[in-house]
Amino acid sequence: MYFIYIILKIIVIIIPLLISVAYLTLAERKVMAAIQRRKGPNVVGIFGLLQPLADGLKLFIKETILPSSSNLSIFILAPILTFFLGLLSWCIIPLGEGLVYSDLNIGVLYLLAISSLGVYGIIMSGWASNSKYAFLGALRSAAQMISYEVSIGLIIINVLLCAGSLNFTEIVLAQQAIWFGIPLFPIFIMFYISILAETNRAPFDLPEAEAELVAGYNVEYSAMGFALFFLGEYANMILMCSLAVIFFLGGWLPLFNINLFFWIPSVIWFGLKVTLLLFGFIWVRSSFPRYRYDQLMRLGWKVFLPLSLAYIILFSGLLISLNWLP
Amino acid sequence: MKLIFNEYLVIFIFFILAFILATIIYMLSYILVFQKSDQEKVSAYECGFNPFEDARITFDIRFYLVAILFLIFDLEISFLFPWSIVLLNISLFGFLTMMIFLIILTIGFIYEWFKGALEWE
Repeated sequence: MYFIYIILKIIVIIIPLLISVAYLTLAERKVMAAIQRRKGPNVVGIFGLLQPLADGLKLFIKETILPSSSNLSIFILAPILTFFLGLLSWCIIPLGEGLVYSDLNIGVLYLLAISSLGVYGIIMSGWASNSKYAFLGALRSAAQMISYEVSIGLIIINVLLCAGSLNFTEIVLAQQAIWFGIPLFPIFIMFYISILAETNRAPFDLPEAEAELVAGYNVEYSAMGFALFFLGEYANMILMCSLAVIFFLGGWLPLFNINLFFWIPSVIWFGLKVTLLLFGFIWVRSSFPRYRYDQLMRLGWKVFLPLSLAYIILFSGLLISLNWLP
Repeated sequence: MKLIFNEYLVIFIFFILAFILATIIYMLSYILVFQKSDQEKVSAYECGFNPFEDARITFDIRFYLVAILFLIFDLEISFLFPWSIVLLNISLFGFLTMMIFLIILTIGFIYEWFKGALEWE
């Protein structure tokens, strides 16, 4: 009985996640089309609403190509790992008070551990493909992800200093007086830019720079292998946006402390905020030109790292001297 | 039955199910769909040319350097995590100790910067 209950809970997490990933791809195409004054997909279903399902089906019935020069076992494992890790982080994200699959008291550490493992999927795919484009794309992608992971880690420590807990629910509840995005506003902006780079999104989408590297590390993958990478990446995007919401925009807490706002379910508040940030991702993608690789590394190591380190010293000093520690 | 570490047990179940799901999706497509591979399909992609050598011979040493730098700073972050949580209990002494550590680290960082370890020219 207990296990059936657990498995039901898992299904309730995974299936909406996959649906939201599918509709995120549709939203991306629609919003970019609107920005470029096109219509976007509008043939399959009303307003193109069935387009993601059609895309998924198309990818499913394509032929799986296993390159002759690749290391087969690693080649097959890489997309599975990426997708698996993309799902795994979701079991600790609270969507409302008590609405969480597993309320770990060291949630932030668990999340950092899982998201660090994401690099393995990329490195493995690039190495196992034994193709020059895939290899170069994987190297770039991995270097970029680990560079920005450092600044993300330092930024999260700032939040922890203010919240005084590693548990996501407690971090959100610590923001009842004021969302951390307001006193920590510069850090919020830095976090947003860092997650753009961490998820390999434009303007930092160098790993898949179409003009030079074709598609980066997943160039040798077809059919479901490619689809799993795609799903994993987009699930990761949604995850990073919900992290930004939890850390800086008050999670499921309503906009103001007005009674009327508390009638709206917490999940809707959470979803609205995440959607807003995801819209920002798409907006940035259609507005900004791509960074050069040396500029990207300079931004990560020479701007964000010293700045976030300095903010830790500033904030810990302020909190200690004003006796504001939680 | 009282389960110890209940939170971790449910995560473990999630682990297994997520892995099975990913494997099933991948394998189903491979098994159900008609496969017909030939020489050209399974050779490595290189913009229409035949791949002329192994792809793994050389790569830029700077990627290695980035990995080393990442190790240093990630260790430092894992050191800062517990500190940021218990800062209230360890008071001024703990705060100052960490500041000394950070100063040493910053000196190292400045050295790296002037040595050009962070350059990508």
